[in-house]
Amino acid sequence: MALAHSDNHAEALHPDDASPAPTLRLLTVEGERTTRGEDADRVADIDDAALAELYTKMVVLRRIDAEGTALQRQGQLALWAPCTGQEAAQIGAAQAFRDTDFLFPTYRDHGVIHSRGVAPAEVMRQWRGASHGGWDPHVKSLAPVQIIIGAQTLHAVGYAMGAVFDGRGGAAVAFLGDGATSQGDANEAMVFAASYRAPVLFFLENNQFAISEPVTLQSRTPLVDRPRGFGIRSVRVDGNDVLAVLSATRDALARIDAGEGPQYIEAVTYRRGAHTTADDPTRYRDAELAAWWERQDPLARVEAHLCSRGADVDALAAAATGEADGVAAELRAAVVGMSEDDPELLFTHVYAEPHARLDEQRRDYLDYLAATTPETVTEGGAQA
Amino acid sequence: MSTLTLAKSINAALDEALSADERVVIMGEDIGRLGGVFRVTDGLQAKHGERRVVDTPLAESGIVGTAVGLTYRGFRPVVEIQFDGFVFPAFDQIVAQVAKLGYRTDGRHRVPMVIRIPFGGKLGSPEHHSESPESYFLHTPGLRVVSPGTPQDAHDLLLQAIASDDPVVYLEPKRRYYESAQVRLDALAEAPGMGRAVVRSAGDDVTLVAYGPLVRTAMEAAASAAEDGIGVEVVDLRSLSPMDYDTVCASVRRTGRLVVAHEASRTGGLGAELSAVVTERCFEYLEHAPVRVTGFDIPYPPAQLEEHHVPDRDRILDGIDHALGRLDGIGLSAPAETARVEGGAL
Repeated sequence: MALAHSDNHAEALHPDDASPAPTLRLLTVEGERTTRGEDADRVADIDDAALAELYTKMVVLRRIDAEGTALQRQGQLALWAPCTGQEAAQIGAAQAFRDTDFLFPTYRDHGVIHSRGVAPAEVMRQWRGASHGGWDPHVKSLAPVQIIIGAQTLHAVGYAMGAVFDGRGGAAVAFLGDGATSQGDANEAMVFAASYRAPVLFFLENNQFAISEPVTLQSRTPLVDRPRGFGIRSVRVDGNDVLAVLSATRDALARIDAGEGPQYIEAVTYRRGAHTTADDPTRYRDAELAAWWERQDPLARVEAHLCSRGADVDALAAAATGEADGVAAELRAAVVGMSEDDPELLFTHVYAEPHARLDEQRRDYLDYLAATTPETVTEGGAQA
Repeated sequence: MSTLTLAKSINAALDEALSADERVVIMGEDIGRLGGVFRVTDGLQAKHGERRVVDTPLAESGIVGTAVGLTYRGFRPVVEIQFDGFVFPAFDQIVAQVAKLGYRTDGRHRVPMVIRIPFGGKLGSPEHHSESPESYFLHTPGLRVVSPGTPQDAHDLLLQAIASDDPVVYLEPKRRYYESAQVRLDALAEAPGMGRAVVRSAGDDVTLVAYGPLVRTAMEAAASAAEDGIGVEVVDLRSLSPMDYDTVCASVRRTGRLVVAHEASRTGGLGAELSAVVTERCFEYLEHAPVRVTGFDIPYPPAQLEEHHVPDRDRILDGIDHALGRLDGIGLSAPAETARVEGGAL
């Protein structure tokens, strides 16, 4: 593939890495857009107006993320996993997906999930502790978020093997983070994907950290180099460049459709927030490096580019913020009113079919609740 | 009616499921071209093709994890774990994914998967080839666990497991693979439900519960006891999760005595659970404390020592004697403290 730019930030992040892989970039930090070459051609349809739409989606995602953290701080959510800094990786990839692509996200892929038409409040049901899931995987072509690191990669590969077995088309996308690359499942997933030439895209968001552990602890070679050892084509993109991510994802999906088998993208990005709201990143984050990454901001470079094109960026930003505020207000209202206290739900979905032992436990517990719930005393003193 | 080995009964059930439902796919190591290391899947790939009888890379988590993905695609995978001791690399996928996905998705996605595991010992095998891991799975909500003790049940339970929308761990008594019996392959409708225990032999003195490879051993023990005039009611549990308490308790309420036998280690085992249940539900009917005849709390031993570890007919008979109060102080199945206090020597 043509590589528009090879920059040095990988070197800065992998001090022991003698030969960092080239990194696709189509939109520089300064807002300069590459328009020549096949990588650029793949996103030629993204004109200024379409880029402004992508920008708005990223602003909305950042706002949802901020609202998640705020709601947690206010006691409305039990936990939140921030994704700020990773907007271009998630929105750029999501822009390329078709309805026939079945996605297997991680718990930090809020932008990917939102792109599937899942209301943010539905996502937050699980972060509030009202549910472990939230949406119908089959309606959204979207698996529930995975918390066991890397487990979903095998699920995505299995789905894609199913496409080989039944011959009915479609593809799967496995999202994973840099920490997951150390897991056995993520490596077994590559073995199986390559063995069956499964139509699956591995989309790695290398956000530099697995909670506190830097990516150098997971790998002494660039992560993009690993899939090649499994026989899987792999490319690295600037994960803060929404156009580069979109281009690489479209290319990967086209190759999958053409029967080239599994594809792998490492989107190099940076988690600007905490791992979760329970985390304290000041204990492990290098301030100088963090400042460097701030300057790689995925939104700022789009603003700079559109500004250079003569767009009224202030108006665009105001409109995007207005839309984002509306989404945030809506999700806040939904989350604050959300409650789940039906004890029967403890038992309902464990099995698809009747289960004598669990059915006994449900009956006994509901009887216990009925017997121990205080009777309501009405105003007149009579018991209801 | 035909005479079939237990292995052939499983093969027949798989063949039937593959023929009846294009969503069924079977996967595992060496199951295709070779027909499985025990030949249980012999001939199936030749008949149904490589996309339905799938040889997999050597990675158990990969096998189960990709089978989860296949369920999102609408398949009903039947995966084979080659040996009991090889299931542990897949443990996370089974316990954290297969068992929980239905609950996680509020029932919107189900995992109709069967995980076949040849289990149990006494085959003279090296380490990791003779284990009885059932307690891990029956302790895991979301799974069902079954274990056939006869060729007929091997066929019927497997087809019931494949038809179930819940994930089922199907434990195959591998040392009984090549034992034969009369099997009806066309009588599934008349078979007991998947969660049901069955009484294999009637008796009034002791209830003896077993499953999988020890069903036959239990029947042998019952026959020997009958020669001494002791009536042993053998209950073949068949379903380890859920357990059929009704059948077990109905028997214990008549006999007043429970012996439960399994190859798995004692502590935290199925026998502990069943003893607790029988004590809770049949307390006033019991003439003696429940007795467990089990493997010891040791890693599975080297083959030359395994005959000491795996309960055989005589140890089950010893347990029966103990339950009848005939061997106080000697019984191998008695709690160690009791044996010491009463002066018994092993």
